[in-house]
Amino acid sequence: MFNNGASNLAEGVDKAFAFIFITALIFIVAITAFMIWTVVRYRRSKNKEAAQFTGSVKLEIIWTVIPTIIVLIMFWYGWMGFREMRRVPEDALEITAIGRIWEWEFDYGNGKLSKTLVVPINQPVKLNLVSEDYNHSLFIPAFRVKEDVVPGYDNFLWFEPTFLGEYDILCTEYCGLLHYDMVTLARVVEQEEYETWLTDLEATGNIPDHPGLAVLKKNACLACHSLEGVKLVGPAFDGVFGTERIIVDESGNEKTILVDADYIKKSVYEPNAEIVKGYGKNLMQSYDKLVSEEEIAQIVEYLKDLK
Amino acid sequence: MGKQDTYSHISYLEHKGRFKGIMSWLTSTDHKKIGLMYLYAIVVFFFVAAVLGVLMRIEKMNPGPDIMDAQTYNGIFTLHGVIMIFIVVIPGIAAVFGNFFLPIMIGAKDVAFPKLNLFSWYVYIIGAILGVLSQFAGDGPPDTGWTFYVPYAANSSTNVIFALTAAFVLGFSSILTGLNFIVTIHRLRAPGMTFFKMPLFPWSLYATAWIQILATPIVGITLLMVIAERVLHIGFFDPALGGDPLLFQHLFWIYSHPAVYVMILPAMGVVTEIFPTFSQKPVFGYGAIAISSLAIAVVGYFVWGHHMFTTGISYWSRWFFSFLTFIVAVPSAIKVFNWISTMYGGSIQMRPPLLYAISFIFLFLIGGFTGLTLGALATNVHVHDTSFVVAHFHYIIFGGMGFAFFAAMHYWFPKIYGRMYSDKMAYIAWGILFVGFNVLYFPLFILGLQGMPRRYFDYLPEYHNGHLISSIGAFITFTGLILMIGNLIYHRRRGVVAPSNPYQGVTLEWQIESPPTHENFETIPVIQNPPYLFKKTEK
Repeated sequence: MFNNGASNLAEGVDKAFAFIFITALIFIVAITAFMIWTVVRYRRSKNKEAAQFTGSVKLEIIWTVIPTIIVLIMFWYGWMGFREMRRVPEDALEITAIGRIWEWEFDYGNGKLSKTLVVPINQPVKLNLVSEDYNHSLFIPAFRVKEDVVPGYDNFLWFEPTFLGEYDILCTEYCGLLHYDMVTLARVVEQEEYETWLTDLEATGNIPDHPGLAVLKKNACLACHSLEGVKLVGPAFDGVFGTERIIVDESGNEKTILVDADYIKKSVYEPNAEIVKGYGKNLMQSYDKLVSEEEIAQIVEYLKDLK
Repeated sequence: MGKQDTYSHISYLEHKGRFKGIMSWLTSTDHKKIGLMYLYAIVVFFFVAAVLGVLMRIEKMNPGPDIMDAQTYNGIFTLHGVIMIFIVVIPGIAAVFGNFFLPIMIGAKDVAFPKLNLFSWYVYIIGAILGVLSQFAGDGPPDTGWTFYVPYAANSSTNVIFALTAAFVLGFSSILTGLNFIVTIHRLRAPGMTFFKMPLFPWSLYATAWIQILATPIVGITLLMVIAERVLHIGFFDPALGGDPLLFQHLFWIYSHPAVYVMILPAMGVVTEIFPTFSQKPVFGYGAIAISSLAIAVVGYFVWGHHMFTTGISYWSRWFFSFLTFIVAVPSAIKVFNWISTMYGGSIQMRPPLLYAISFIFLFLIGGFTGLTLGALATNVHVHDTSFVVAHFHYIIFGGMGFAFFAAMHYWFPKIYGRMYSDKMAYIAWGILFVGFNVLYFPLFILGLQGMPRRYFDYLPEYHNGHLISSIGAFITFTGLILMIGNLIYHRRRGVVAPSNPYQGVTLEWQIESPPTHENFETIPVIQNPPYLFKKTEK
């Protein structure tokens, strides 16, 4: 009746469809047949006297309980199929799917953007859904996945493609004039082909900041520390890692130290403990509560490469 | 055939008020005339929206643009939805047949507040006119869909504000009618008619009226908030202004899901009247049907989230909304079994109202089971916002509420106009309509399963066959509708004069003249028996 599933999630969805549709068919056929039989069997020309019974508690209970059980089984099938859709494997390949009027774009990181979705077969893929304007909804019928792309919401979906081929991606949340044209393709390829494709994909988008740089920007460190060797309120960051500096400690003694991971951590958490000679005291506050150790490690990684 | 030319009494149709001609209608506080004024407005709007539907189907017969461009198409499906939902289906049975028959069926001379009733009709007409004006005034027909989802509705350059205001105004008409019915049922039942001696059509109107009063204000304020967002740039829903787009969807569906029950409960009430009359047998499980109406009205409040399964609401919200959706299906199933058992063992006379009522059950079953498909989480993900949903709610609203409306039109036609329609013509029209309906909407289920999204001006080539069949069905359906309504309009003045009780019904409307007099009852009846007592000798 409909196209074969091409992802790991299709089985759960199709099972639920099968259960509901088969139950529906049985009930619709049985009830309709019974109605027609009743109308024919008890037609006025054959049955002049109508029976006058008005109800049966036993029957009411039967046809309350049995439908309740049946619909709960339907609910259970629906839930089981759905549960898989929210359990994203740890090793899923993360791709950002961007919806904007009226096109899809897939961000593979490092500025690599593609208008079609290319994914390796048998690899869990998680799509992080980002809207740049209105509501959209990303729908891949063959994979049985759909989730709305809502501005301001971190929606996601995931799937593991199980068959090679090309599949439609459609927008299913009305988004204006060319809503019907917000259509692209998902291409499922072998792992090697995927890698080649990704390597050859030209980086046209913004290359994101190094995580360490992102921390520096987020905490406004660069207001006082230049990345280009300029002396501002504090010393510049470039080329400082791994070199020796003369510092003044809290009691005013000068000594030479090596700028390493420990020194950087100390400078963030206790900035006035060891100040590079030539810079003012008490100008920087401790970032104890604001920058985690993990973030400091990222800053260190960044400074190592900043020549 | 010994045809009588006219009836002998002076009915509400000839009643002389202060004015003559059309003014005697426009100023009448008679619940029967107000009911008919709703009927005429609704039939006119229904045909306007049906023509829009046919235009959409013509456009989609073949891939690519045929008779319109994408913007026109988006405007047309918006107008089709706004008219059908807010102007035709929500007032629908309650405003027409509720107004006409609720007071009669409970033994009253009118509703509790007749002037408020007329005022509600004017509010309704003002709302409807605003809806029509939205097409011509300002910056072009609105293109948001009847759901007005923000952020799109906050940013569309079309005339959205008019359409929002129209829906807002129409909401007040609905609230006031609901209020009127609740007070009428509480205060004006004939002596001896306890709640559980009341016929089941009034019961269904009672459940409906509570939903109208309690849920409609929510959508009213929500639509105002969208207007405030557009005009004053207050960020309620648009993330660009700091709002939350899902908040809109929650508020919208908190009303609009219960609104589905505003549409379907009176329809259920209508067929509950028809089955006993044509079977000459009491309703099976009176109490179960009455209570299940209330159960649907109550539980129906807590299932709105099933319109939002794919929006990113939390895992457990999806779980609970899905669970409750399945629970609310049970009272509907109970009703179906009771209707069939009402016919079982009866002395069944096949007439057009019964045929419409039986096809109501068939279509409602298909609509109901496909509703369960949408209520289950896994399957919802696949068919949500596809043409499967379009097919589902047309089976419920058109196949359910629509066919019940047609059943009611045929059932009460002799009472309203004092004339009979042609049964033969009614059967032919039914046959064409029933076949056309299924040819029109069933392929949309298949298309939806194949992945065809809704609200698409154009489609990928693999969906062509289904669309072509569906479009052919649209023409058949429309032909059936014209024949059906033509049969009724033609016989309104020319039909054989109807006796006061052509189908041997036992509810109060069949105990008075056809058409009723201005006052309905000379003396208010005193009620001693349960409502569906066909044989006084048996208990």
